[in-house]
Amino acid sequence: MSNDVDNSRRKFIAAGVAGTAGLVLAPGVTLLDMANARPAGEAASNAKRWGMLIDSTKCVTGCNDCVSACGKENGFGSTGHPETDAQWIRKIELKEVKSGKTHSLPMMCQHCAQPPCVDVCPTGASFKRADGIVLVDRHICIGCRYCMMACPYKARSFVHEEHHDQNPDVPRGKGCVEACTLCVQRIDKDLQPACVEACSAGNHGAMMFGDLNDPNSEISKRIATYATTQVRPDLALNTGVRYQGI
Amino acid sequence: MINPAKWRSVLGWLAAALSALLLAGVTPATAHDEHGEHKLIAKGDKCVRDDDYMRRNHMKILMHQRDETMHKGIRGSQDSLKNCIECHVNPKTNSVASSKEDFCMGCHSYAGVKLDCFECHSSKPKAVAGGMHPTVMPEQRSSEGADKQSSQSGKMPLQMQAKQASLNMGEGVK
Amino acid sequence: MNDVFSKNKDGAFFFVLGLIGLVVLAGLGAAYYMEEHGHVVTGMTNQIVWGLPHVFALFLIVAASGVLNVASIGSVFGKPVYKARAPLSGLLAIAMLAGGLMVLMLDLGRSDRLIIAMTYLNLKSVFALNVFLYTVFFSVVALYLWTMMDRKMHAYSRYVGFAAFIWRLALTTGTGAIFGFLVARQAYGTALLAPMFIIMSFSFGLAVFMIAQAVMYRWNDLTLDEVILRRLKNLLAVFVAAVLYFTAVYHMTNLYFAKQLDFERFILLDGGIYTMLFWVGQVFVGGVLPLFLLFTARKSGPVLVASALIILGGFFQLYVFLIGGQAFPLNLFPGMEQSSSFFDGVIHPYSPSLPEFLLGMGGIAAAALITVIAAKVLNFMPDDKHHSVSH
Repeated sequence: MSNDVDNSRRKFIAAGVAGTAGLVLAPGVTLLDMANARPAGEAASNAKRWGMLIDSTKCVTGCNDCVSACGKENGFGSTGHPETDAQWIRKIELKEVKSGKTHSLPMMCQHCAQPPCVDVCPTGASFKRADGIVLVDRHICIGCRYCMMACPYKARSFVHEEHHDQNPDVPRGKGCVEACTLCVQRIDKDLQPACVEACSAGNHGAMMFGDLNDPNSEISKRIATYATTQVRPDLALNTGVRYQGI
Repeated sequence: MINPAKWRSVLGWLAAALSALLLAGVTPATAHDEHGEHKLIAKGDKCVRDDDYMRRNHMKILMHQRDETMHKGIRGSQDSLKNCIECHVNPKTNSVASSKEDFCMGCHSYAGVKLDCFECHSSKPKAVAGGMHPTVMPEQRSSEGADKQSSQSGKMPLQMQAKQASLNMGEGVK
Repeated sequence: MNDVFSKNKDGAFFFVLGLIGLVVLAGLGAAYYMEEHGHVVTGMTNQIVWGLPHVFALFLIVAASGVLNVASIGSVFGKPVYKARAPLSGLLAIAMLAGGLMVLMLDLGRSDRLIIAMTYLNLKSVFALNVFLYTVFFSVVALYLWTMMDRKMHAYSRYVGFAAFIWRLALTTGTGAIFGFLVARQAYGTALLAPMFIIMSFSFGLAVFMIAQAVMYRWNDLTLDEVILRRLKNLLAVFVAAVLYFTAVYHMTNLYFAKQLDFERFILLDGGIYTMLFWVGQVFVGGVLPLFLLFTARKSGPVLVASALIILGGFFQLYVFLIGGQAFPLNLFPGMEQSSSFFDGVIHPYSPSLPEFLLGMGGIAAAALITVIAAKVLNFMPDDKHHSVSH
């Protein structure tokens, strides 16, 4: 065997490994999460149910990391009209009336399993994807805002002004209703929602994202261990977002 | 009383007008680039379908694909709008619909059909440098090999950042 | 009967038509302005998502189904006095529904997608159901008009009248259900809203009919027979009293629930403009005062004033209902004070803008336009020739 043949084989193997590693690791997923990736051409399925767990005891009044990250990722910010600006996530400051105890938490679309917004949409633009994410199909949204009336969490925003230079991954425009998409453009690439990533990057550790249908996922294990609540549980909407410490 | 001669002439005119209309519809609209200032801006040598098919049916492909992506979550198709923009972007304006010089707007302004897509969709391609790339690259372009190279180097810092994020989260261990 | 108009009447007619047309144009212009710049030019926000145009549209739609009541009493219950008025009532129903729907459709964020609204229907949505109910209503009432005005079709008017009666009950129930099916908000989400809307439609519809009828009589220099007037006004008084009853039941039930107390305090006590509009506008101007006028009236003057007050009170009632209901914030965390950058936990302010008002007025004008043109072209004048003054 000449050295040339050995070297070329080694080069080939090295290139192959590097290529595969690059493909796998590059989108920001650890090797162990490779199993979660949905290949191109495959539809979302109800085998997964995406959800979030928010530990409000770790939320701090004044911290807006999740809110800024959401705006940056999805391409919106303040236009100077706070009453008509879209807000997909916001920090709610809570104060118990009797005791005065305060705490804060982020509130966004709760991705209910029985979403009132989906029931009321006349065109079916507001819909629930197979893996549990509630979305607005802006191709068929007529902007009637009935879903905004129906949502118990005030999660939806109406786009009141023209927008330009949208994020190509997040089309949004005047006249349609929108809400938190759980960063569907990111989770389809096996990334975390922007808010969750920002919370972790800031070392707050208040937000967790994962597959509620998988009993071995971190989020499911937590929900099975600690007491968690849904907001407005009396409505029995079976939300995908749960909270600790309310 | 209308006399037969007059009837015949009226019918004759009607027939002529009707056939003219029909012919106009039947003649394939070979989008000659002489119409207006429209230039066939494209990368590579072929589109995802035949030129003639695309001229008549690109809207059907787009409509079908949007439902697949939106409702079923199917990503990475070669029929996606983003993929169209990648090839058809005008290098001068970095857009497909910002002016009559651009690909989409060129034909649509000539045909007088209002474009609704870019009210919501960005008409510009995604920024490539340091940007997130999908797990699987869908493009069928010949420059695929070159892309992989550049994407590898661009991804390294993100990989480290994301790894730290997932470590913090303690999530995703299977 | 039609060619009663003399030459100068014709001039006056075209002048009135022109005025109404101008208002319609103003409404269309306002809609274009809103469409072009986005809803940021209106007073509607992410907190008050349905504003003044919806108040106008809701009134027109509710009154449209109610005005058909006059015809229903004629065809379904066989009262000849009402039967004579049925064609006018049918015309007003179509005209007002068209006006109300025009306002609703032009206020949409994407009005250009109306075809989508008609082809993609989510059958679980009461909105989609309403689209179906409205379109069929137009056809049924048009058919009804045909059976009444075409001598050959007279035999069928009873059956079509019955169908129209049932259909409009379904339609108003659907309109009330738009709010009744909303579980989230404290002002809505009650089954009471469907029958309440039906009673409101009776009251508003008859009031509109009285005014429209009076205008027609005046224009043709005729006077309404006093006996007919007395029966109509007594019926109107019953309806107004019924609306007051439903209002009382709605609020008293809410007051019984601890979780609704904050909302009731807002509407009944310290809601500022909403409290004032409720007590002064809805209860007094729209209820108590017209009742007094109707029970003590001997001539047509006070009856018409009462009808106008009922209409005004109806607008106030719908304003408090629709906008007051949205102004009161959603209570995500009962027992806690909430605040955020997205206006949680605070009363949401709303100031109607000019485009919204113009659009609403445009809807009313569109209804008037249809009525005026149809009344000019066809015979909608109530035919009391066969009515003998009964005692």
